[in-house]
Amino acid sequence: MTTYLKSTFDDVGSITLFISQFFKEVFAPPYEFNEFLKQSYKIGYKSIPLVTITGFIMGLVLTLQSRPTLASFGAESWLPSMVALSLIREIAPVITALICAGKIASGIGAELGSMKVTEQIDAMEVAAVNPFKYLVVTRVLATTFMIPLLVILADFVGIIGGYVGFNIHGDASFTLYLSKVFDILTFADVLPATIKTFFFGFFIGIIGCYKGYNANNGTESVGLAANSAVVSASLSIFIIDMLAVQLTDLLL
Amino acid sequence: MLEQSPREKSTAKMSPTIEINNLHKTFGKDNHVLKGVTLTVNKGEDLVILGKSGTGKSITIKCIVGLIKPDKGEIKVLGQDITTLKTSDLNKIRVKIGFLFQNSALYDSMSVRENLDFTLRRHSNTLTEKEITSEILEVLESVGLAEAIDKMPSELSGGMRKRIGLARTLILKPEIILYDEPTTGLDTITSKEISELILRIQKERKTSSIIITHDMACAKMTADRIMILKDGIIHAEGTYTELENSDDEWIRSFFI
Repeated sequence: MTTYLKSTFDDVGSITLFISQFFKEVFAPPYEFNEFLKQSYKIGYKSIPLVTITGFIMGLVLTLQSRPTLASFGAESWLPSMVALSLIREIAPVITALICAGKIASGIGAELGSMKVTEQIDAMEVAAVNPFKYLVVTRVLATTFMIPLLVILADFVGIIGGYVGFNIHGDASFTLYLSKVFDILTFADVLPATIKTFFFGFFIGIIGCYKGYNANNGTESVGLAANSAVVSASLSIFIIDMLAVQLTDLLL
Repeated sequence: MLEQSPREKSTAKMSPTIEINNLHKTFGKDNHVLKGVTLTVNKGEDLVILGKSGTGKSITIKCIVGLIKPDKGEIKVLGQDITTLKTSDLNKIRVKIGFLFQNSALYDSMSVRENLDFTLRRHSNTLTEKEITSEILEVLESVGLAEAIDKMPSELSGGMRKRIGLARTLILKPEIILYDEPTTGLDTITSKEISELILRIQKERKTSSIIITHDMACAKMTADRIMILKDGIIHAEGTYTELENSDDEWIRSFFI
């Protein structure tokens, strides 16, 4: 138990130092803009199909599951607004972030882990290239900016999925459905939900990088880095979500 | 009279490029790997370090480029003690040091061209695209692999990877090159080719080198001087011929 606690505190200490190094490096030149674009393409663009499909299914399933309950007290007309609110405030950000934690954090953990094991990170360092700036800063920035965009995409596709689900049993035009959705939505719903996704993205990137960058030598550690990156990133998403909801609740 | 290898006949100029004094490094609580290594590499000299696995040969050269921080001791590279330098100053020295890793450490996600371009572009801001391409081609030609310019590292054989690793090292025109087991895992013919390449580079570019190897053919071909590391200190030093004929049976066992 003492050993477990000690290693947990060790980990928290190291990741805090890792984060502080990120903030130290992020503003200092040279800027690896091309690598940032490349990572944004890999992390953002390449995740579009996955996020689109899951976003659509989220909207569709949520509508189909909620319909019987609302129908039982004659409130089916609330369905579009309820689904949109649930999607935008909670479900789309969290589910999209969790999917990205699985896809992106594990990918980053495994990639940097294998680079560490095969001495590629050391090779950068001896070539007087800052590996932290090239590998970590670019990836963390890419996840921080791409996850919110993916969440916004999931929001839109989810609403379309909700429309399709609504029309399985009902009959409403897309314009009517959208007007019902936007009648209820306010900036107080959209803004906090979008702001928290920047934190989701930041922690997905920083945890993936931290686990990979600190992989011990040996191929086993690559698998461990990928695995623990997913677990820790997923856990951090729930913790950030809990804090964000509490904060929003207090402020709004 | 003992027959000397061709390398031993050449006389090294006696100005030191690397000086290590009383280097200590411990891992964990009691794994005291280096217990006071002291060595000097002169300008234009090829120093071969021999020793059993786990005696700290790789640790020593990793300390020289600042990849591992020693616990105690002084490492002077080109006149500067790298143990006291800030990262920015250390990087200025690192540009003058080439390091060939045991497994070449090519960047997997980049082609051969990008592997070379990556390093060169970050240290030569004034070069035009045309000059960068011609530098890359020139260095690839010097290792005999100009045709591999657009290949990915996964498409290269072990020997080719070593050559490209060496090309990546040479692109910054280093004054010192550190080789970590350059012929390990290669067949005899390819090992000989790599050893010849090391020798040719040293002659053409007048670099100082430290070569860590278990390959005695490579050691014989490249060494001006050999040091043997044992129990964390330099146990023996001399030319290939001197050590091959040493009175110490343990030292002679390396040359069988």
